[in-house]
Amino acid sequence: MHRYLLICLAFVPLISQAEIQEFKLNNGMKVIVQEDHRAPVVVSQVWYRAGALDEVNGKTGVAHVLEHMMFKGTKKVPAGQFSRMIAAAGGKENAFTGMDYTCYYQQLEKSNLPLSMRLEADRMQHLQITDEEFAKEIKVVMEERRWRTEDKPQSKVNEQFQAITFRAHPYGRPVVGHMNDLENMTAEDAREWYRNWYTPNNATLVVVGDVNTKEVLALAKQYFGPIKARALPPRKPQVEPAQLGVRRAVVKAPGKLPYLAMGFHAPVLAFKSTTTEQAWEPYALEVLAGVLSGNDSARLNQKLVRETSLALDVGAGYDTTSRGQHSLFELVGTPSEGKTVAELEAALLAQIELIKTSGVTQKELDRVKAAVIAADVYQRDSVFYQAMQLGQLETMGYPWGLIKEYPEKLKMVTSEQIQAVAKKYLNQDNMTVVTLDPQPIDPNAKPQGKPHVH
Amino acid sequence: MFFKSVLVIFTLLTASFSAQAGLNIQHWQTISGTRVYFVENHDLPIVDVSINFPAGSARDTQDSSGVAGVTRYMMTLGADGMNEEAITNAFADIGAVFGGEFDLDRAGFKLRTLTSEQTKALETFNKVLHQPDFPEAVLAREKVRIVSGLQESATQPESISSKLFMKALYGSHPYSLSEEGEVASVGTMKVDDLRKFYQTYYTAKSAVIAMIGDMTPAQARTIAENMSAGLPQGPAIAKLPDVAPLAAPVMQSENHPASQAHILVGQPGIKRGDPDYFPLYVGNYILGGGGFVSRLTEEVREKRGLVYSVYSYFMPMAEAGPFQIGLQTKKEQANDALKLVNQTVALFIEKGVTEKELKAAKSNLIGGFPMRIDSNSKILDYLSVIGFYQLPLTYLDEFNSQIAKVTTQQIKEAYQRRVKPANFATVIVGAQE
Repeated sequence: MHRYLLICLAFVPLISQAEIQEFKLNNGMKVIVQEDHRAPVVVSQVWYRAGALDEVNGKTGVAHVLEHMMFKGTKKVPAGQFSRMIAAAGGKENAFTGMDYTCYYQQLEKSNLPLSMRLEADRMQHLQITDEEFAKEIKVVMEERRWRTEDKPQSKVNEQFQAITFRAHPYGRPVVGHMNDLENMTAEDAREWYRNWYTPNNATLVVVGDVNTKEVLALAKQYFGPIKARALPPRKPQVEPAQLGVRRAVVKAPGKLPYLAMGFHAPVLAFKSTTTEQAWEPYALEVLAGVLSGNDSARLNQKLVRETSLALDVGAGYDTTSRGQHSLFELVGTPSEGKTVAELEAALLAQIELIKTSGVTQKELDRVKAAVIAADVYQRDSVFYQAMQLGQLETMGYPWGLIKEYPEKLKMVTSEQIQAVAKKYLNQDNMTVVTLDPQPIDPNAKPQGKPHVH
Repeated sequence: MFFKSVLVIFTLLTASFSAQAGLNIQHWQTISGTRVYFVENHDLPIVDVSINFPAGSARDTQDSSGVAGVTRYMMTLGADGMNEEAITNAFADIGAVFGGEFDLDRAGFKLRTLTSEQTKALETFNKVLHQPDFPEAVLAREKVRIVSGLQESATQPESISSKLFMKALYGSHPYSLSEEGEVASVGTMKVDDLRKFYQTYYTAKSAVIAMIGDMTPAQARTIAENMSAGLPQGPAIAKLPDVAPLAAPVMQSENHPASQAHILVGQPGIKRGDPDYFPLYVGNYILGGGGFVSRLTEEVREKRGLVYSVYSYFMPMAEAGPFQIGLQTKKEQANDALKLVNQTVALFIEKGVTEKELKAAKSNLIGGFPMRIDSNSKILDYLSVIGFYQLPLTYLDEFNSQIAKVTTQQIKEAYQRRVKPANFATVIVGAQE
């Protein structure tokens, strides 16, 4: 249950009108509270601005390994006790690591919020990483990598895709880490990571639920307030050099169906409001992704799956925000039997060309906007989702106020703007293509033993 | 992620439906005989509706495997002259979310819409329910897609193992049939098969409607009447055949080039409403259900680092659903891990649980109640399970007290009577060569 990776950063941040308040403790820790009194529950999340983005070669995966080690005990709360105490309170807990952040959370009946804060404050300061616990847990993480990546053909394609798309930027590395790096990782690597990044001035507490904002702030001051800030290591700007031509790779793995992943380097929203192209281009790319694959009748599925049967599946995706200030516009798909990945690639590019020359219809724009307006309401049904949005934006470096302008900004996007971003970014010199070449599994493998018959 | 998804199923199908005062379920029957379960809630301008039928994959036969699932899916791809593009767009134009569910027992549809758009959303929803067209050309195309998907699944260890496992547990019982069908049966499927299946199983008398949100009871009644009235008016559906317990152990292993072995161990478990449900459920929290505090996780992951995930669950169904233990581990250590799992289970059954473990389990299950009904979408799923399996409405209110009543003795006794490791089915895909 714990400790799974959140590799995908994509979501559309949109949110309710409920009041959100932000505070900063004296040690630099941020506290964001949103009251939602529909049910007597609370979600509490501690976000650290430390993820795969901050790793260095030879130590890939250490952010995620540390996330696992965070459950391995302190002096006051020995290994395993954190989970037991939350469980005894009826709570659910988990953690996840992404490129941009690591997040720990608990979902509890509202009166248990102090327990969650006490435990998180304790492991923010007093984590003990013993060689013995590390030796066991690193094996767990290697099993996780086998399950998540090694034995999943599409995951392998995605890993290769990231790797050749980003030559310099850390987004080229897998969050779970390379197997070789995991095999050679030491407890000291994990301790170093903890010392570097686990300090209150690098963390944000997000609390959403049936709480009183003043009381939450008082609790935060009580538990997190006394923790001393430490200077963070300098973060160097990491910029991906411009791509100068198409890049291609092939991955062979056991399976039956081929698969195609294509991507184009693309901008993200600026951290601070700006009057440059960066103020609107990401919104135009987001709407374009919606027009291409926002629902089953959107262009890609309608044309390539339903009308021409060229593909079994297709999709488009794009993230408007990231801490690493880079994004990709991605197209993926599986060709139908008898069709090749090359034919699918050509068909996807033809759809992009069509956008460049003819734009999109008002109906398509309206449909994307309708989805945005509705999603803005629907998400209020989930306190967890609301907390996720706040924590992600804050940790990436955006003001959470972005949430409020987001729907309006998307609604302002025009067909001309979509054409402009398609022309500017979705071109071949800026493109990376990775395909899966499926290999037969051993044809001699036969079941052993007899199936049971009733 | 895997852990996560297992837990989602677990919560939905086996966890408590305990309601507390404040979750006022209104229940009635439409004129055509559809049971309705409704919770009024005006906090958000949202309407959530679902309708389910006893039309899951267990209604297929070996030869028709896949018809149930394809019928449900094809209903969404053409109705009352609207083609698939028009149907999707009708929902998209108003920001409505149209989905559904499908498993061994159930097939159904789900709709989430803004209150202001509910009339339009329900109009399209009802067309899908009442007047599916099953267009020939769309079926031909979808069959090709489904067959390709099945051929791909047949190469992936996770799908291979779960298919073998269900076969080993259920033999000739329809629970052994794949939800997606088989290459041969999907290949020969005809529009007529889908029409017949629809007419037989999507009847008003067998349907269960669940609703929550921004509606008055009077509005909810009108919506339910309209939804129910247009359905086929055939008889209610017969129950599924009983599941026989395993008479002898089954061990199946299959080679695979993957780096990990996928291991599944278990037997047919229990039905909905089984008198042993609560002792087995609380016991399973201790054995392998309680995330990071279960015995299996402690032994296999925490102490030895052999796996990322190991779990056990009972999935109570209309007939005895699976009791399943699952794990994935590097193939060189698969035998050791399996041995450890079997030892842990054997000890659990022989000695039972401690008072301390029981107290912790109750504390979690009872204390976790508020999180189970903290959103409309969660409550909708609970309403639909309660309705489909005809659990008493008081079941919700009594759930926590039922948990509280369970004793260590009951757990030990229930496991010894119901779980037979000597006859477990064991499936290993990616066995060491």
